[in-house]
Amino acid sequence: MSSPPGRRARLSSPGTSRLSSEAREELRRRLKDLIEGNRVMIFSKSYCPHSAKVKELFSSLGVEYYILELDQVDDGINVQEVLTEISNQKTVPNIFVNKVHVGGCDRTFQAHRSGLLQKLLHEDSANDYDLIVIGGGSGGLSCAKEAAKFGKKVMVLDFVVPSPQGSSWGLGGTCVNVGCIPKKLMHQAALLGQALQDSRKYGWEYNKQVKHNWETMTEAIQNHISSLNWSYRLKLREKGVAYINAYGEFVEPSKIKATNKKGQETFYTASTFVIATGERPRYLGIQGDKEYCITSDDLFSLPHCPGRTLVVGASYVGLECAGFLAGLGLDVTVMVRSVLLRGFDQEMAEKVGSYLEKEGIKFQRKFTPVLIQQMERGSPGVLRVVAKSTEGPETIEGVYNTVLLAVGRESCTRKIGLEKIGVKINEKSGKIPVNDMEQTNVPHVYAVGDILEGKPELTPVAIQAGKLLARRLFGGSLEKVYHNLFWPLEWTVTGRDNNTCYAKIICNKFDNERVVGFHLLGPNAGEITQGFAVAMKCGLTKQLLNDTIGIHPTCSEVFTTLEITKSSGLDITQKGC
Amino acid sequence: MAAMAAALRGPVARFRSRTRAWTRGTRGAANAVGAGQQQQQQQQSFDLLVIGGGSGGLACAKEAAQLGKKVAVADYVEPSPRGTRWGLGGTCVNVGCIPKKLMHQAALLGGMIKDAHHYGWEVTLPIQHSWKKMAEAVQNHVKSLNWGHRVQLQDRKVKYFNIKASFVNEHMVQGVDKGGKVTLLSADHIVIATGGRPRYPTQIKGAMEYGVTSDDIFWLKESPGKTLVVGASYVALECAGFLTGIGLDTTVMMRSIPLRGFDQQMSSLVTEHMESHGTRFLKGCVPSLIQKLPTGQLQVTWEDHASGKEDTGTFDTVLWAIGRVPETRNLNLEKAGVNVNPENQKIVVDAQEATSVPHIFAIGDVAEGRPELTPTAIKAGKLLAQRLFGKSSALMDYSNVPTTVFTPLEYGCVGLSEEEAVALHGQEHVEVYHAYYKPLEFTVTDRDASQCYIKMVCLREPPQLVLGLHFLGPNAGEVTQGFALGIKCGASYAQVMQTVGIHPTCSEEVVKLHISKRSGLEPTVTGC
Repeated sequence: MSSPPGRRARLSSPGTSRLSSEAREELRRRLKDLIEGNRVMIFSKSYCPHSAKVKELFSSLGVEYYILELDQVDDGINVQEVLTEISNQKTVPNIFVNKVHVGGCDRTFQAHRSGLLQKLLHEDSANDYDLIVIGGGSGGLSCAKEAAKFGKKVMVLDFVVPSPQGSSWGLGGTCVNVGCIPKKLMHQAALLGQALQDSRKYGWEYNKQVKHNWETMTEAIQNHISSLNWSYRLKLREKGVAYINAYGEFVEPSKIKATNKKGQETFYTASTFVIATGERPRYLGIQGDKEYCITSDDLFSLPHCPGRTLVVGASYVGLECAGFLAGLGLDVTVMVRSVLLRGFDQEMAEKVGSYLEKEGIKFQRKFTPVLIQQMERGSPGVLRVVAKSTEGPETIEGVYNTVLLAVGRESCTRKIGLEKIGVKINEKSGKIPVNDMEQTNVPHVYAVGDILEGKPELTPVAIQAGKLLARRLFGGSLEKVYHNLFWPLEWTVTGRDNNTCYAKIICNKFDNERVVGFHLLGPNAGEITQGFAVAMKCGLTKQLLNDTIGIHPTCSEVFTTLEITKSSGLDITQKGC
Repeated sequence: MAAMAAALRGPVARFRSRTRAWTRGTRGAANAVGAGQQQQQQQQSFDLLVIGGGSGGLACAKEAAQLGKKVAVADYVEPSPRGTRWGLGGTCVNVGCIPKKLMHQAALLGGMIKDAHHYGWEVTLPIQHSWKKMAEAVQNHVKSLNWGHRVQLQDRKVKYFNIKASFVNEHMVQGVDKGGKVTLLSADHIVIATGGRPRYPTQIKGAMEYGVTSDDIFWLKESPGKTLVVGASYVALECAGFLTGIGLDTTVMMRSIPLRGFDQQMSSLVTEHMESHGTRFLKGCVPSLIQKLPTGQLQVTWEDHASGKEDTGTFDTVLWAIGRVPETRNLNLEKAGVNVNPENQKIVVDAQEATSVPHIFAIGDVAEGRPELTPTAIKAGKLLAQRLFGKSSALMDYSNVPTTVFTPLEYGCVGLSEEEAVALHGQEHVEVYHAYYKPLEFTVTDRDASQCYIKMVCLREPPQLVLGLHFLGPNAGEVTQGFALGIKCGASYAQVMQTVGIHPTCSEEVVKLHISKRSGLEPTVTGC
């Protein structure tokens, strides 16, 4: 590209560059270091009037800032491209304050007016934590653990508000406690019932009277879940993540109120927040529903067999529950307002429906409950359900032991003080809109998992997203690489190339810069390396290397004076003597 | 117009060629049977003659018939030394994949019955297993498949001959039926798909007389009882696995390593699991004598190579699973000029599946250097028919063929083993990611998962192309299939890592593999 820096360079689309993935990683590290190493980091172009405005703003605030003028560095186009990946913002100026991406010119001024900018500026080390994660489910935990790996100070707040029926559980979120894990285990129990039937055909012989014991099953499943809750606690502790069993609520942009079971309030501050509060089952809002119905929050720990069950809703939660309940030998009816498995291929969904029907599950299509009444108390009791047709005035009645609502889930976003700090939610769904970087409209607040608008509500998605988010926020690489080219004394006289010999060490940033890799290209490399290898075995750190006196003049002394990190991008070629 | 003229000429041309075949045929027959003094000889000619009605042969025949060709299949099951015989469909259907997977399933169900009480099912003891009932159910299914194959051939107008075929010359085959009646068949193209049969250690006294093989085990009317399985091939381990699973006292006697040709780390985990599952192993032992005791039981004498000592044991059944021999000896291949490898008697073929005689082909287990697997034989047969009759020129791709060993803990694999990868690319260029994991279903029943293990062999250079995947755990076949496709598409480790898992499954453990062997870190997965 021979075009001069200027308009044309700006117009060139980021996609056209041919940066190798390695070079891209390198550049990303460099930019991360800039963002993390400077209280205020401004990426700008020297001719850009918006950039100038921002610089003036910070000058007027008396704040020191660091500028990288993209039009004045060789790889400005690449910087802009990688910057887009980091911040999801294509244009300059691109401003980071205390590692938080504030945005461009307009958003910076907006943040200045709202007072957010001042908050961010004064946060520095004053915050209790680098990251507070609200919600200890799959996404939240994976994000917290990953951030901790990068040496960050991390806290997780998790609190399970008991369901209307009083069910409550431990750390780990929906998947572990009231989702994937217990449902797959109950599914397995149902499959085993089928296997028992099959086994006779394969020659197995035993007493035909086989009964299913709900209590035995739930106890086994709950025991497994408790062991998982425990292992999550343990893992957080191992990684040095603070865990508090308290309800988190924003009170100020960087301050959160944590209320524990006893109602005691504590306040914590952090520079970055991740909301991962997930969802809880929805109720119908009809007479008797919260009083008498259960949801998936209650089913898996139900102390008694649910008996004759009505499942309301044909989401995958509804059909999965109906399927295993029937498989355990219960009389199950599914009430469906419209279609089965909305969002899935409808031909397949109908086939699932017909299979369930063949398995003995009854379907009541185009009906929705309007009233639930208790007729008898007990474990289980007896409930009367009145339902109305969705197509006409017709009503039907039924008597069940248990009514399980599976009519969708609601985001837990309305009672965590988001309005106090200006995080926008979709008023209708309660979901939080985020950009491709999982960032909300408030720059230092992110969100992962089921509460995201338009993203799949699946455990592995949340786990992956949480992990990647933490990596983007805090980190790149765990390693720091120092390197240098050198010119062996013996080669000077003979005029051999002065930029052939190369020394490189790789240090673990978060382990006291312990040396984890040692590389040398030059004369007598074997003789030199051996000794350092022993030193590495003994826990060699960069500091120890710095403290060692070199043997002059040798090649090996270069390792005692390595100063240039690879991520700095500084020149290491030897010029002259 | 030209096409129509050609079409009109068609039948005449064929008639002519048939005449030629006839004359050549008579001469050949004269050579073979001597002056044609046999009872009335029939002779028929075909575009394609397939010898062997197994997976590969049938697939080839049906495909050719669908392309409008005149096709014949000659199939004949020589009874095993124990007298077991079966119907159309070859090894897979009758004495291989199908019955073994069904018996494996019976064994798995036994495990599930044991699991069920943890999940709340109240099964009253005792629990027993009836071999008779299982075998009957399995055999009935196999017979229905035999029937299905017959019907399919008929539907596609493939002529089926239940005759023992051998070459008369390079275009002519003679077949003898049960009654000794001889039929002469000639064809433009001949495909040999006769497969293989279990090997007997004929040097061991009593081996033929008292032993059975996989040709017999699935057709036994009564339970084999206490069984000694000799060999450590996948056939041996699978049989020993399901016999143990249905409650029989089972011992495996192996001379050297288990599952030769498979990844050896995985193989030893397989046998380790079998040991914990109740199968006894006699390692480094070789049998030397089988004697029948007055009780009807068999006394086996063997030599323990490690101690050099001789030992004996008593069993109800001795099952040989020490390998298979290709069915080429009775084909009179030399009359057609078809070359075999003298060492293993397999037919030498090229990439087109052609033998040393250009119009004679060999597919499946009988062909040299081919994986002895049903799906490869089927695919090779289909592609061969398509090439022969002009539908396509695509060759069979024998690389990255996935397979699964149905031992109690199943082992699925595709691509290179760790050893092969290292031999091919060098230790320095190979990165192996691995993990021990616990299937969710095992947790509640507290089943031992110490051998549930996954290993992905990759090139070390980014993006770390996946060279092989090895999966040990429940439903390994189902898990491996999709990844085999991924590997065919050139999946890299990076791409596997970008794939979102399906939760909670065992296969999601594959996309979560993150610990490399080189790192030396503990590969034990704990929790989500």
